[in-house]
Amino acid sequence: MNQLLKRKSRGDAWFDIINYILLTIIMLLVLFPLYFVLIASFSDPNYIYSGEVWLFPKGFTLDGYERIFGDSSIWIGYANSILYATLGTLIGVAVTVFAAYPLARRNLVGKSAIMWFLLVTMFFSGGLIPTYLLIKDLHMLNTIWALVIPGAGGVFNVIIVRTFFQSSIPDEMWEAASIDGCSNTRFFWSIVLPLSKSILAVMVLYHVVGFWNGFFDALIYLNDESKYPLQLVLRNILVQNQVNSGMMIDVESYAAKMRVTELIKYGVIMVSSLPLLILYPFLQKYFVKGVMIGSIKG
Amino acid sequence: MIKPNQKRWSRVKRDYELYLFLLPIIILYLVFRYYPMYGVQIAFKDFSPSQGIWGSEWVGFQHFIDFFNSYNFWPIITNTLSLSFLSLLFGFPAPIIIAIMLNQMLGKKYKKFVQTVIYAPHFISTVVLVGMLNIFLSPNSGIVNHVITLFGGDPILFMADEGWFRPLYILSGIWQETGFATIIYLAALAGVNPELHEAATVDGASKWKRVWYVDIPSILPTIVILLILALGNIMSIGFEKAFLMQSDLNYATSNIIPTYVYEMGIQKAQYSFSTAVGLFNSFINVILIFTVNRIAKKMTETSLW
Repeated sequence: MNQLLKRKSRGDAWFDIINYILLTIIMLLVLFPLYFVLIASFSDPNYIYSGEVWLFPKGFTLDGYERIFGDSSIWIGYANSILYATLGTLIGVAVTVFAAYPLARRNLVGKSAIMWFLLVTMFFSGGLIPTYLLIKDLHMLNTIWALVIPGAGGVFNVIIVRTFFQSSIPDEMWEAASIDGCSNTRFFWSIVLPLSKSILAVMVLYHVVGFWNGFFDALIYLNDESKYPLQLVLRNILVQNQVNSGMMIDVESYAAKMRVTELIKYGVIMVSSLPLLILYPFLQKYFVKGVMIGSIKG
Repeated sequence: MIKPNQKRWSRVKRDYELYLFLLPIIILYLVFRYYPMYGVQIAFKDFSPSQGIWGSEWVGFQHFIDFFNSYNFWPIITNTLSLSFLSLLFGFPAPIIIAIMLNQMLGKKYKKFVQTVIYAPHFISTVVLVGMLNIFLSPNSGIVNHVITLFGGDPILFMADEGWFRPLYILSGIWQETGFATIIYLAALAGVNPELHEAATVDGASKWKRVWYVDIPSILPTIVILLILALGNIMSIGFEKAFLMQSDLNYATSNIIPTYVYEMGIQKAQYSFSTAVGLFNSFINVILIFTVNRIAKKMTETSLW
């Protein structure tokens, strides 16, 4: 049988060849823009401008990075993003896991009512303005809390973690533990959590990426520039074309200014995406796992 | 004999710790998700901050009527619907096709490498994605226009052109999300019974035929579920990318409901009107989700609930 599967007809051989060629092209189409940003960030802006940078950096320079790292707004953005991501992840993961644990238990009284209480918010919501007015009334405008508290405990995450608990920690385990006099809380800390490292990793990653890449809440709720996360700083540079004057030291002519601006743009893309892109190949399996668990219907 | 109620109550008492675990999420949801639903009533009022949500005066459907009659109404509805339908039309099949192709790859190492690369853009932020569009498509320094001029064409002002907004939005979306979206289909393909493939091979089916008659029918339930989800979310197209790509020059096609809600509500502080527009959008979305789910249930016996 295996012999038969291995023996290729000519049509199948062509199928494989075309398949490999197409996938390689697709992969290059995805890869090239990322690669180009990388080489452009190290190239002399004059060559980028005249279209001479294609496959390798030309006129190697670190000028862009020097200007970027010499500017305080990037550092402040970095520090703020790290702070928001850390705090937001802690709160978000804690709320999610605490909520998922009781909901995973088969015979909790009122379980389905609580589940519906959470699920309804997937279909109905107050929308942007009523939420904004609430944050304003609670005096949370222009504070970190507006970014890290209101969205904590998203329904999808609760369902993913709940499904994981249900499938990997059977009720019999709890029954056995409770006969030995174990309390619910103790069971949670000393049995459930240690057995759930992989789902915790998935949740931490989801939250960190979400906070690192998010900018909408910051855009709406923050107006003090010293509190801006990295993505809002990037938006000013990349989308609104406002490169800080600090980054433009010793650039005289208008044309040169334009060029340095381009170089800075390539640089900030690298600087902001690098932490995730470096970590990502190592973390890939956790994300894949997360998507898989999420696809099992709870 | 113990009454059932008493039994329930004693179980609640026994499990009191579990309810304490649930307390944070319940409080969070009551405050940040349910209270704003109460606040939605300002869509039917003339909200003034000094009088508060409850104290402001009722005006009925006035804000909705104003929205329906405004010259912005049809363009916004058309923009929102075309953007999401076109995204779905082109974006939905892409991961299915690529997952099937990946599944046919024989070399394990190369397959893994391709996957690692095509998942990567998923982790790039929207700000960076739009920033990349801006610099790649810049008329005088962008690489895309370098290629166009190399072949003798004239540079195109992509980002400032209302005709290019939709293609750019959709293509960049495909670039960013297709790879990651293959994961679910790859999982489904991994579950296809190998005996089916063996039997088909014995009967002389080519690879192409096995994809067509074995792989695709086997992953059809997954495809249907994801299609229902996507159709149900037609009206909830994302704010971030459209907002970042929007400028005065492409406003004619980039003005969609979420950006309009933001513009009227946050920038112009027309709280009641903006809430009415948002509510109208959610209303259509809820109707859509329920309709699509019902149709799916009837036709394929697969549904979300």
